Amino acid sequence: MSSENPIGALISTFGLMSLFAVGGAAAAVPEMHRVAVDVHHWMTDKQFADAYAIAQLSPGPNVLIVTLIGYAVAGIPGALAATLAMCLPTALLAYYVSRLLNRPNQSRWPALIQAALVPLSIGLMAASALILVQSTDRTIAAVLLTAAVALIASVSRVNPLWLLLAGGILGFAGIV
Amino acid sequence: MSTDSAPAAQEPDRLITHAAQPGLAALFLAFARMSLAGFGGVLVFARHAIVDQHRWMTAEEFNETFALCHFLPGPNIVNLSMVFGSRLRGIAGGVAAFTGLLLPPTLIMTVLAVIYARFGDVEVLRRILAGISCAAVGLLIAVVFRMMTPLLKRMDVVVLVLMLGVFTAIGVLRWPLQAVLLVAIPLSIGATCLMRRKVAA
Repeated sequence: MSSENPIGALISTFGLMSLFAVGGAAAAVPEMHRVAVDVHHWMTDKQFADAYAIAQLSPGPNVLIVTLIGYAVAGIPGALAATLAMCLPTALLAYYVSRLLNRPNQSRWPALIQAALVPLSIGLMAASALILVQSTDRTIAAVLLTAAVALIASVSRVNPLWLLLAGGILGFAGIV
Repeated sequence: MSTDSAPAAQEPDRLITHAAQPGLAALFLAFARMSLAGFGGVLVFARHAIVDQHRWMTAEEFNETFALCHFLPGPNIVNLSMVFGSRLRGIAGGVAAFTGLLLPPTLIMTVLAVIYARFGDVEVLRRILAGISCAAVGLLIAVVFRMMTPLLKRMDVVVLVLMLGVFTAIGVLRWPLQAVLLVAIPLSIGATCLMRRKVAA
């Protein structure tokens, strides 16, 4: 870890990242991975994949993977700093923009920009999936489990929690 | 159910569109509840609570509010809590909803982080987490697939090329997000503009 104050690094990293995180938390995963694993060496590849799994399994917004990254860097203060840095600036921005737009507005620009962002945010999420597959699916059985969950969740409306639990049981049994 | 959110249940007949304005405590509790129910994403539960259960917004108002939050940077559902709370109760309402959404799961997550730091190397926990990771990635692939379906049906070459370009730049080449978006966003807006004009002409 570098000699700079880790809390400051967390706040500036996630505060800045959130402002560019168009398309939600899932779209920001590749950037979190790049910053936490490749740039700052806050976590290993494996720890990042574990953090993603814990964030998915826990209740609440999935963006809270930053809480786990923050804790790995600087304990409980780091967890709180990373969470607030990731969530508060953009929430305040949303508050001000929503007040601005609250008056009737006939401009076609918001709709146009939103349409333009859709393919980019899907591309980002697909990149997240690829990066996570590369760090989690190291055996054939693991690839098959991921593929099976992807298929089941695509065609049915089963509660995601059951699929996560099934993955946990298969892992416990030593199959994947 | 707390007494704060009781009015919606007491007088269902008179509340065709809107329930009474909730207090700050009711906002906090409602968002804490939807957050703790939200395994694998909170949006579904947020819509259910705000539109169906408490009737604080109509379906149309909710869609408009969510569209705005989706279009702005940052975690969508967190933005939604702030915008929604402030529309009902001003900035204090925004803070109440924001805190309700984030505080309980952040505490849970911190406890899990402590457990992981202490027992993360235990073999059994490692194996369980490895299995959950594989399933979690599968869920992400399914969400991407569902969102991609309408784009694939339209067979719009420009849109597909943009999507593939971002995927390759970030996922395969591992370029920094900011640089990629700095190029991709103007390109995409320009392309969308041109296509709309062609359709209109």
